Amino acid sequence: MDFNDTPEQAAFRAEVRTWLAANAEAKTGSKRSLNRRIDSDRGLEMAKQWQQKKADAGYACMHFPKEYGGQGAPIIHTVIYEQEEAKYDVPTGFFSIGLGMCAPTMMAYASEEQKQRHVPPMVRGEEVWCQLFSEPGAGSDLAGLRTRAERDGDEWVVNGQKVWTSGAHYSDYGILVTRHDPTLPKHKGLTYFFLDMRSPGVEVRPIKQISGASDFNEVYFTNVRIPDSQRLGEVGAGWQVSLTTLMNERLAVGGAPPPDAADLLALARGVELEGRPALEDPATRARIAEWYVEAAGLTHIRSRSMTALARGETPGPESSIAKVVSAPKLQEVSSYGADLLDMAGILTDPQQTLSDALFQSGYLYAPGLRIAGGTDEILRNIIAERVLGLPGDIRVDRDKPFNEIPSGS
Amino acid sequence: MNFDFSDAQKALKKQTRDLLRQVCDLTVPRRVLEGEEPYADEVWKALVDMESPGIAIPEQYGGLGFGYLELCVVAEELGRSLAPTPFSSSVYLATEAILLAGTDEQKQQYLPKLAKGEIVGTFALSEGSGALSEEKLACAFADGALRGAKTPVPDGDVADFAVVVARDGDADGASLALVDLTADGVERTTVATLDPTRSHARVAFDGAAAQRLGAAGEGWKLKDRVFDRAAVLFAMEQLGGSDACLAMATDYAKGRYAFGRPIGSFQAIKHKLADMYIKNELARANDYYGAWALSTDADELALAAAAARVASTEAYHYAAKENIQTHGGIGFTWESDCHLFYRRSKLLSLNLGSARVWKDRLVTALEAQHAA
Ligand SMILES: Cc1cc2nc3c(=O)[nH]c(=O)nc-3n(C[C@H](O)[C@H](O)[C@H](O)COP(=O)(O)OP(=O)(O)OC[C@H]3O[C@@H](n4cnc5c(N)ncnc54)[C@H](O)[C@@H]3O)c2cc1C
Repeated sequence: MDFNDTPEQAAFRAEVRTWLAANAEAKTGSKRSLNRRIDSDRGLEMAKQWQQKKADAGYACMHFPKEYGGQGAPIIHTVIYEQEEAKYDVPTGFFSIGLGMCAPTMMAYASEEQKQRHVPPMVRGEEVWCQLFSEPGAGSDLAGLRTRAERDGDEWVVNGQKVWTSGAHYSDYGILVTRHDPTLPKHKGLTYFFLDMRSPGVEVRPIKQISGASDFNEVYFTNVRIPDSQRLGEVGAGWQVSLTTLMNERLAVGGAPPPDAADLLALARGVELEGRPALEDPATRARIAEWYVEAAGLTHIRSRSMTALARGETPGPESSIAKVVSAPKLQEVSSYGADLLDMAGILTDPQQTLSDALFQSGYLYAPGLRIAGGTDEILRNIIAERVLGLPGDIRVDRDKPFNEIPSGS
Repeated sequence: MNFDFSDAQKALKKQTRDLLRQVCDLTVPRRVLEGEEPYADEVWKALVDMESPGIAIPEQYGGLGFGYLELCVVAEELGRSLAPTPFSSSVYLATEAILLAGTDEQKQQYLPKLAKGEIVGTFALSEGSGALSEEKLACAFADGALRGAKTPVPDGDVADFAVVVARDGDADGASLALVDLTADGVERTTVATLDPTRSHARVAFDGAAAQRLGAAGEGWKLKDRVFDRAAVLFAMEQLGGSDACLAMATDYAKGRYAFGRPIGSFQAIKHKLADMYIKNELARANDYYGAWALSTDADELALAAAAARVASTEAYHYAAKENIQTHGGIGFTWESDCHLFYRRSKLLSLNLGSARVWKDRLVTALEAQHAA
């Protein structure tokens, strides 16, 4: 074991550090910056500028092939870059769906011409993409989706509704799974496309989250015409293409946003409980220790994944536990941080509470993290069935024609 | 053995529940959440018309003279409906403090009006981040005047008066002080909280006229006794709320389909809901025992109240967050009612001091009971 970079990686890291130091502002210790509110227009503009700058310098999506805007570099370079960038206060979050999920799917299934047209603008932050998968009746059970695509010559006509589409309101393109034949078994009647979000008949309506912000949307399709050339995969192969996207989603899930054990430590240092610093309270110390162990475990699992990646291998199944550990942890850390503030733990005005109300905002966004990108329950099913090899649920829906499956309505 | 409420108490519970169903369905807390009103006046008036604020106030002071079991059943229903009113501040805290520590004159002055809902009271302890100790109190009472600031004070922006825990200039330690919040020398500012359906304020005193409540220097102990009593009532509200979450989640799990089945047929969801039920029933048993201890002023009150508080806080935290989880994406939306309970559960868990404080009190009470 050796946590040092190879000489080649070290040289690359040094180069990245120099570039970041010259081009971005380091995060300061006292005020850890929150995830920028992704619905703010200014935030998007800043993020686009930063992505552009990064791309100009050759640091954006380095592992993508050169012809699609990357550097054809080993993936470990991307990982090293991201580790270093995480120390800087730069706007991120707008491109993770596009670059993490849409671009890999396009690279796997789009025509050469389409790849050259669409991937580089994504890498440069010029075009933003969203994922049009979930529907009111199809979330965990994605293959239960109903949005209809009917063929009309060289085009498809799409009608239906998607929901929870993060970033649809500022996206230029989207990846879309539809049902072309409701009489086939559910996984067989799906067909996958990409489309221009400005196509006639696409209507985006924002949804307000429990915090009051609107990061996701409902998207309605009324006779939206999509050229057959924008189909990804064969007619009826939508499920297999979706799995490519979802596999990348799991890889894209990185560290959870704050607060974490370190934030709790900082808070416990600054707050008094019954006349002495909370950090002297053994019960508080025990909680910090428990959450540190979880966070450190995930960090070290990432190091193991990196090792595999650096060797050109696939990370082991242990990397699948990241979100199911970090999302509930975020919720409990947030709740406990508020408890340390005691009666004042309810205050949400950053001016009036220690830690800039970090714990209160964490309390309000953690529930979403436990649901987005696979719920806690679905992730446990996946671990049980795909990692441990336990038998799957007895299915009542797999082989029936889709339109005969019970839906409760 | 008869560990149950009487028929009359059950009838009162049903009457309160029916009334709240009529005047306070979930559109009411939502209206307060989204609007500018500090509380729902029509709900408060309906409770006052039922003489609910005076349930536990003796008849000689203008109340109904029922007991605390009656007040407890009302509290459970208030929690279930998320009623956005100053009831808890005025009834569980201010009224209890005066009943416990007031002179006959003070009782005559305040209780009849509290019973009729003509005035609203509150209780001010917190001075900002962290859990206070008597030694660290900054707010001071001297020469009949208060100086210093309290935040957050529940209903501090709407209450007519407050019972304030303050360092006493004429005694060793803290005293309770009664202060008119509408008088000179009081400045109040509404503060933003996790649950805007219950208004809170920062209240600053700059020489505001005040009178002592209870003996000089006994304020901290009196505060503890008031909090023991209020803890049972808060726990009842928490129980009502976690019951409502369980009902919501169970209902949703029966009607929502995934993979061709109701999601409630998946054991991950079944066990989650069963766990919610288990926590709620453990809380209910502790709460009802706390209600008995409160109604009889039993020696066990400190232990029973802390147990009720700890069990209910845990039950409501779990029920509120797992209710969202059971709903999936829809549960994370503003439009769904799930977050109303998620917000209220955190608010109630902190209003009287956090779970860690109550766990500490619980073990202290347990130590006293098992004296070595
Ligand atoms: C913040 C956020 C952002 C999102 N962004 C996007 C996006 O950009 N694009 C997109 O397409 N989607 C997005 N989603 C949708 C997300 O993928 C779904 O919400 C999620 O998959 C759950 O689906 P659902 O909401 O329909 O809940 P349901 O599937 O109805 O689940 C309800 C409950 O049932 C449980 N359940 C369901 N099936 C099983 C089972 N087999 N075993 C055990 N339990 C089960 C779930 O765990 C959950 O507790 C987002 C969601 C959130 C919260």
